[in-house]
Amino acid sequence: MPDLGPYWLEVLASYIVSLVILAGLVALIWRRSARVHRDLSKLEARSRAAPRTGEHGNG
Amino acid sequence: MSLWEYANPKKFMDTTGPLVPWVAGAAAVAMATGLIWGFFLTPDDFRQGSTVRIVFIHVPAAMMAINIWVMMLVTSLVWLIRRHHVSALAAKAAAPIGLAMTVIALITGGLWGQPMWGTWWVWDPRLTSFLVLCLFYIGYIALWQAIEDPDTAADLTAVLCLVGSVFALMSRYAVFFWSQGLHQGASLSVQAGERMAADYRYPLYLCMVAFGLLFVALVLVGTRTEIRARRMKALEARARMTQGLT
Amino acid sequence: MIALLARDLRLAIRAGGGFGLGLAFFLILAVLVPLGVGPDPQVLARIAPGVLWVGALLACLLSLDRIFALDWEDGSLDLLATAPIPMEGVVAIKAAAHWITTGLPLTLAAPVLGVLLNLAPAAQGWLVLSLLLGTPALSVIGTFGAALTVGLRRGGLLLSLLVLPLYVPTLIYGASVVTRGAEGLSTATPLALLAGITLGAAALLPFASAAAIRINLR
Repeated sequence: MPDLGPYWLEVLASYIVSLVILAGLVALIWRRSARVHRDLSKLEARSRAAPRTGEHGNG
Repeated sequence: MSLWEYANPKKFMDTTGPLVPWVAGAAAVAMATGLIWGFFLTPDDFRQGSTVRIVFIHVPAAMMAINIWVMMLVTSLVWLIRRHHVSALAAKAAAPIGLAMTVIALITGGLWGQPMWGTWWVWDPRLTSFLVLCLFYIGYIALWQAIEDPDTAADLTAVLCLVGSVFALMSRYAVFFWSQGLHQGASLSVQAGERMAADYRYPLYLCMVAFGLLFVALVLVGTRTEIRARRMKALEARARMTQGLT
Repeated sequence: MIALLARDLRLAIRAGGGFGLGLAFFLILAVLVPLGVGPDPQVLARIAPGVLWVGALLACLLSLDRIFALDWEDGSLDLLATAPIPMEGVVAIKAAAHWITTGLPLTLAAPVLGVLLNLAPAAQGWLVLSLLLGTPALSVIGTFGAALTVGLRRGGLLLSLLVLPLYVPTLIYGASVVTRGAEGLSTATPLALLAGITLGAAALLPFASAAAIRINLR
């Protein structure tokens, strides 16, 4: 841990707040991605409709 | 072989699928290295003391906040002119990331301003234009969420993005007219003698790369999610139709 | 086109809200601000230009969602879309009607409220001039916002969220004309920039608004 002197609170806070915001953003995007992916796979398995539009990849 | 091939959603999904883990991994490595370097291994500035370390978050976030808006402008134009769905969905996926970057830039700016200028917030041109940019992001996201039909939403938000860009630029000049500020000029000036010391410059470059990579990874994941969500909507609509027929 | 303008004006007057509501709001604001900040004449004189401009801007905002809402609900907008007038013309007329029913009365009422807020007498002329030049831009920009949100059932709040950031340059130049006028400084630069924004917005934004209307009617 470096010696941050009198401004330790501001420096630490800005790093922590920014990392929390970034982590929240990543978590949100990740969760929505996983949910949509799961729902779509379920839906496709159920409907067994041939993907006519070719809109969808296999990933 | 042209760039436009990736406008086909299937091709886009196939290409970006294997790419995402690599970009995300590179972003994580660059981010960790850059921030640890910036936080632990840089000396104090003789005037700013340890607060100089905030620059490694503040500057890349501010830079990305503007670049993401420009990227949204370009993808909106591509959608309006060439009607590629991937382009519109990429703009949609980018907006929340841009908003997060803007908020980070504002918060870290305030935290830096408190010890340096003695105040969390001043109505300085740069700060004010960022606040206005933040409002533009919020309006853009709100419009996306308010409209149900995806094509209408894509069209209207693209038009808003174009008009908003012009007005955001005008606001920037207007606030510079309105008040001369405390904020220093660009941190990375090309003129010799004005540059930051190498101690700070290299970790800063690395953090910029890291924020850029993080954005690319997130926007790829977000766009893929949007493509899947649209596909799901289409399947549901078709299922309803066949049920209605039989 | 003149028939359309006349029709819109007649509708606005009959419906009542057009002239009255915005003006009443403007008046209430000019009464509430001194109650909030205290009666000190010097403080009031100092903040009067900004308060009057913000007030005019918010009063404009009040009636924006009615620009297209009625025509959208009863289907006249579809008729207008197939009419021989181009949609750009329709949108421009709508903005003009909105300006005549809100911007113009606000401009005319502003000096009275300026007296209430102890605005410097030298700035009264500048206040009227800046509002006269600036409020058309508010109407045109507002019409664009209304065109974006016309299809939404609860678009009012969203409309304010979309339009207010677009008002930033107009507000800054408009208010600084009055502030500089009150201090006896040269007002040429902000006045020219304000006029530039109004002309630019009036020339270009109807195309964006018309595009938005067409998308919404699709």
